[in-house]
Formats: sequence, structure tokens, C-alpha cells
Amino acid sequence: MLHRTFRDRLTDWAIAVILTAVAAAMFIPFLYIFSVSFTSMDEYLRRSFLLWPERWVTGAYQYILANNRFVRSVGVTGFITVIGTLLNLAFTTTMAYGLSRRFYGQKLFLFLVLFTFLFSAGIIPTYLIVKAAGLLNTVWALIIPVLISPWNLIVFSQFFRGIPEELNEAAVIDGAGPFTVFWRVILPLSKPALATFGLFYAVSHWNAYFTGILYISDPKLWPIQVLLRQIVVVNDTSALQITEQVLTDPPPPETVQMAAILLATLPILIVYPFLQKHFAKGVMIGSVKG
Amino acid sequence: MASFTEPLDPVSPLAANRSKREPTIGRKLWNSRYMYAFVLPGALYFLLFKYVPLLGSVIAFQDYSPFQGFLHSDWVGFAHFARIFDNPEVLQVLVNTLTLSFLQIAFAFPVPIGLALLLNEIRNERFKRLLQSFIYLPHFLSWVVVIGIVTLFLRSDGVINSMTAKLFGWPSVQFLQLPWLFKPLLVLEIIWKEAGWGTIVFLAALAAVNPELQEAAIVDGAGRWKRMWHVTLPGIRGTIIILLILRLGTVLDNGFEQIFLMLNPYVEEVGNVLDTYVYYKGILQSDFSFATAVGLFKSVVGLILVVGANKLAKRFGEDGIY
Repeated sequence: MLHRTFRDRLTDWAIAVILTAVAAAMFIPFLYIFSVSFTSMDEYLRRSFLLWPERWVTGAYQYILANNRFVRSVGVTGFITVIGTLLNLAFTTTMAYGLSRRFYGQKLFLFLVLFTFLFSAGIIPTYLIVKAAGLLNTVWALIIPVLISPWNLIVFSQFFRGIPEELNEAAVIDGAGPFTVFWRVILPLSKPALATFGLFYAVSHWNAYFTGILYISDPKLWPIQVLLRQIVVVNDTSALQITEQVLTDPPPPETVQMAAILLATLPILIVYPFLQKHFAKGVMIGSVKG
Repeated sequence: MASFTEPLDPVSPLAANRSKREPTIGRKLWNSRYMYAFVLPGALYFLLFKYVPLLGSVIAFQDYSPFQGFLHSDWVGFAHFARIFDNPEVLQVLVNTLTLSFLQIAFAFPVPIGLALLLNEIRNERFKRLLQSFIYLPHFLSWVVVIGIVTLFLRSDGVINSMTAKLFGWPSVQFLQLPWLFKPLLVLEIIWKEAGWGTIVFLAALAAVNPELQEAAIVDGAGRWKRMWHVTLPGIRGTIIILLILRLGTVLDNGFEQIFLMLNPYVEEVGNVLDTYVYYKGILQSDFSFATAVGLFKSVVGLILVVGANKLAKRFGEDGIY
């Protein structure tokens, strides 16, 4: 339609180059960590900056995966991620569905939820409640205080509101009770939303650090992010001390730290392609005001 | 037509037949019983973990002792709040909080707008999607991982130091312990982690800009950069303003995890913000009442700011958040 001038094409190239540089800045630190985690001691010391090892060694990974503390922490976080996400979805969808229907007192419940956006008690009183409930140093302290994200709840409820009322009425005529309607009609129609928010919840459980340091002091129950901080940020590789196994040639601490980062990120990297398919849509549902 | 919620239309023939009188409260509650079954488990969560702590905030007005509980601790009125204002430490923390927020707004806020404008100019859909998957990725990494990477690069025996030592023979620099570098680093980290993710909203707004305006500008002889500046950018002005105003409403929130992970004794004075201060005072030093008072002070100011920001957004002709 329009004649594309030389200047126009030059602009296209400039934009592509700028954005490629930005994408590279996001990716190169990661590639570096990945490569160093597979590098041997002498190569690491010899080369100053490497983005691809000459010789691939897996010593750092063997070292970490043989470590009980690391495996245990991954287990704790894995449990929280699976059980926590299921409970998140159960509580969020039921309440969101209730809030999406008209009933006596609906406005009051909605207000109580929205008010929490405006005013929160802060961490100390919440901590004292968790403590009073006897949840400190249990995995439930990482699940129950974050059972519902008010934001996800509101967005979910918007989503339910978009499901045509006729479907509900048809099911009721066929003799379905409210719980059957929810389970057999509403939830199956909500698979994309369930996937989106399930993944959002799962990622937040996997990445949770704050609740870990707040509620868990027993190192045996540390979520992986708390242990990872100890290993990498505090530079305390003794957190990984292997007591029973004596290694004649332990891998360099740097490669162990980088392997720990990679392993702790692996689940995210695995779900990322699925996540990506859904999140833009999920965020868009959220931006629609109602 | 048997719906298990309250009849939507009060004058529908069925509702009118059933009773001419306004139903009693008990009747209304009974009619809505199934919806309560759906709402109550979640409501219980809100009650226990959002509203009970709100009541628990009364300990800010007490000399709370865990052994006596908040029912039996001594009342001290506003004494802890008075401590906030004659404590130079808190003032320093407040200054840190505000400076950091304004640095973020000045430097981190515009980046996603620029990125979105550039991304919007990419017409090859596959290339665009590829770029997007790279720039969204850091958002999904935990703060521990991000700070871990930063630490591995910047610590005294880190990547940067060993490179400059090898290439130029420079002495090692303790980047993470330099107070003047602390805030710029925090802002850069936020840009790295969240700028790409931040483009989503702006891209959605850009998709809604009327293409006819672009064509009119082309006819008028405007080049690409001119069109981006004079047509596309003003097209998302509303979105920019509302997000900016909402950000202003949360200037007291800096994000606990990132800052806590970056703090060390050398940078504590410039780095401690309200959230981390409350954690140190309350959890680590068990000064529950004072920490709660600081938290409550933050919440009250935050509430005023958010309500004010929302008013401001409406004054600019935007929808606001409620």
C-alpha cells in the first residue's frame, strides 16, 4: 500500500537491533549461569567469561543432588506448590463463584474483600495470628496465610460473571443442584482461567521467600528459596555440607552455586511455555474493569 | 426458572405470586443459603487472616507482651506512635523509602512504555513473540534467583571483578557494600526483572489506538519516530497517567524481598525501608508493639495516598480503581 523508504527500513532495523539487545540482556546472565554450572574447575579459572563450556562436566549437579538438605528443601517447596495450589484454586473458585452471583449480603462480602486492598494490618499482627494458630514451623504456615489472593479472586469472579446465565438455568431445569452446576457446568467452562491462575499460584508458591523466613526457622523445613539464599547470596556453601559422603574432588563452589540457581529455577523454565500461552489472556481479563 | 439465587427481577411473575410482602431477613438468608456455602469458606479465610490481624493492630496502643496477650497487656495510648516521630532512625527509613520509590518512578516506570512502543513497531509476529518470551521471562524468576545472579556477578570474587582483574589488572571492588551504589542497583534490578512484564498493559492499550490516526499522520508526512512520539504515545496517555497515579498511591511499598535480600551491614543505613524495618524491629527484636505502630502508620498513610490517587485519576477523566 505504502512505499517503504530506505529510512523506513533503517528504522525497522534499528528497532529490531535495540529490542534484540534488550532480549539478550535478559538472557545472557542466565546462559552464563547455565554454562558455568557445567564447567570444570580449571576451565572456570582459565577463562574469564564463558558462555559455552569447552568440556561439559556434571560434577556440580551430582554434588547438589546427592545433598539431603537441597533435595529436602525441593521436596518441601514441591509439596507446598502442589497442595497449596490445589487449595488456592478450591478456595478461590468457590468464593469467586459465590461473589459472581447475586444473593442477600453479596455487596457486603464484596466490600470486605475490596477493603483488604485499601487497608492491611501489616506483617506483625498477621505473624502473631499465625503464631497463635500454632502454624509456625509447619508447612501449613506457607499455605494457609496465602490461601486466597484477593486480586485473583476478583478477576476470577469477573470471569464467572461472563458465563451466560442461560447455561445455569438449563442445568437447573435438568434437575441439577447448585453444587452440581458449579462442578459439572461452571468449572469445565473455566479451564483456561483455572490453568492461568493455577500457574500464577504455583509460581508464587515455588518462588516464595518472605513467608519462608517469616514463619519457618527450622532449617529442615526451609523452602528451597530460603536455602538458595543461604547458598548463593550469603555465600555459605556449608549449608550444603555433606556429612556422610566424602568427596575426593569437590566441584568449585561457584559452579555449585550456579547449579543450585539453575535447579531451583528448572520447574519455572519447564512450565514457562505453558504459562506464556495463558498469562497474557489472564492479565487482560484482569485489566477489564467491572 | 427455579434459580437458587435471589430472583434477579423483583417484579417477575413468580416472585410476585409467591408473596406480596417484602420477604423477611431470615427468608432472604434462607433463599441465599447455597451462595453462602460457596462464599463462607473463603470469607472465613479473610476473617481470620485479614480482619483478625486488623483487630490485633490494637497492640500498637499497648505494651504488648506475648505472655499476657492483647487482652491483658497494658494500654499506653499513642506512646509508640510518638516514638516514630522522635526517632531519627525511623526518619532515615522513611527518607529511604520515599527516595527509592521516586527513583523507581523516575527511572523504572518509563522503561516498559518505551519497550512497548518499540515492540509495537515490530510487524513480524513470530519475531515479536520470540522477543516477548525473552523479555517476560525474568518476571517469573524469584527475587532470590535474581539477587543470587547479581551477587555472583558483583561480589568481591565475582564475575565482574575477576574479569577486570584479568583484563586490566584492576583491584577488586566490593560493589555490594557501596552505599551510593545500593539504590541504583535496586532500580536496575527492578528494570531487569519487571520491565518486560510491564509492557503487557501498554501493548494492550496500544492495540486500541485508532489506526486511522496513524494513516492521517503518514499522509501529513510524519516519519516513523515522529508518529511514535506524536500519535502512538499520546494514544496511551490515559493508561500511562492512571498507572503513574496508582504507583504514587503506593510510594510507601518498595517490595520486601528484593531489599531484604540486598541488605548487608554496610548499606543498612541507606537501604532500610519501612517494610524491612518493621521486620527487623518486630520479628528479630520482638518489639511487637512498636513495629505494629510503624506498620499501622504505613497503612494509614498508604490508605490516604491510594484514596487520593484514585480521586486524582478520576479528575484526569480516568475510571479510577473503584
